[in-house]
Amino acid sequence: MIKRREITLTINGTDHTIAVEPRRTLVDVIRDDCGQTGTHIGCEHGVCGACTVLIDNEPVRACLMFAVQAEGRSIRTVEGLQQGEQLHPLQEAFMRHHALQCGFCTPGFLMLAVGVLEKRPNLNDEELVDILSSNLCRCTGYENIIKAVRAAAADMKARA
Amino acid sequence: MKPASFTYHSPTSVDEAVALLAELGPQEGRILAGGQSLVPTMAFRMALPSHLIDINGIAELAKLTANDGVITIGACVRHAAFESEALPGATGALLRKVVQNIAHYPIRTRGTFCGSVANADPASEWCCVMASLDGVVVLRSQRGTRRVPAAEFYQGVMATAREDDELVVAAELPMLTEDTRTGFVEFSRRKGDFAIAMALVTYRLVRGVIVEPRVAVGGAESHARRIVEAEDALSGQALDASIFATAAEAAAAAVEPMEDINNTAAYRRALVRTLTQRALEGAQ
Repeated sequence: MIKRREITLTINGTDHTIAVEPRRTLVDVIRDDCGQTGTHIGCEHGVCGACTVLIDNEPVRACLMFAVQAEGRSIRTVEGLQQGEQLHPLQEAFMRHHALQCGFCTPGFLMLAVGVLEKRPNLNDEELVDILSSNLCRCTGYENIIKAVRAAAADMKARA
Repeated sequence: MKPASFTYHSPTSVDEAVALLAELGPQEGRILAGGQSLVPTMAFRMALPSHLIDINGIAELAKLTANDGVITIGACVRHAAFESEALPGATGALLRKVVQNIAHYPIRTRGTFCGSVANADPASEWCCVMASLDGVVVLRSQRGTRRVPAAEFYQGVMATAREDDELVVAAELPMLTEDTRTGFVEFSRRKGDFAIAMALVTYRLVRGVIVEPRVAVGGAESHARRIVEAEDALSGQALDASIFATAAEAAAAAVEPMEDINNTAAYRRALVRTLTQRALEGAQ
């Protein structure tokens, strides 16, 4: 029996002190041990991007990291986007442009786009498509997601 | 789809890591760097390491330096580090071209250059870079340090000269001279997929003549390598479209392509011809 390790994960600024087996992936622990179920689990091998979260503000696949590796790092998930009653510009843009249907892939797309736009607000369309090709959506096709991210980028710049 | 149990170690120095590796390497212990290949393999239970030695906490392995004509890439330098303008010269420009082809951005923020070098997947872009530029793999164990040239390091599909107790601490690449032209092209059916074949070329023009050409092919054979037949076709020749076609033909004739369920050897050979020609034509 492998011993559990006590770790503290900082998710959206809140500390969660938990005991986990080293084999548990970050996404499983964010959901099951920390109760933050906004982050979804898709393929569990790094292909679909549904579990994308920000670690120290960089988008990563939370299924390809072990939770024990995330101690002391800043973890941001979809729950941290909304400020009070105010949705994040990306969330608003996804609603306005019908960039989701079932919504399963949405948290991953949102965190991917937030992580990239915060660093590179002036992405051109070609770069945007390249970035978004990282994540899979099986409902709407990608056109509306691209439109939403493009609109949010403009909105985020205007508010900055 | 969940990794099996393992014991987790998080050393904070290279000495501590190689001591752990000496003990645990023979007992199915593995190094965990970026984890972008190892963790999915564990999720599929194709890899069942008893111990993982996580090197991400070793500060000295995160260094990327360019000194005295050599770029030294520490074991924890992520793919994404090569997307910035920080690395100088023709080698920096080449690495910026190549990195765009590696998986997707959220993979590149975690995956490491040296992890890819050590994993030795035939379709690894960095392995092709190491082969083409005659990079050196720096291996550390309690027995000492070994510096192994890429041509000796790569031995087959995911097979290298690394011993069980050796940690890849760095990879070294030469800084190409400023006037070196570089080109890289790969083909995969979808953006971010494993490449079916790739070609990397470099050359210089001296008084209108091609000198020091390098032509490397990856993805097509068991491991990336320089194709001397194509380099010989270019060396000393005047720059024109027909010489690129001749060199591409020589590369296609020289490779012994792998076959898989989707790609015949003949298809990969045709890709090598096309990609080599495009890499030469696009080199700048």
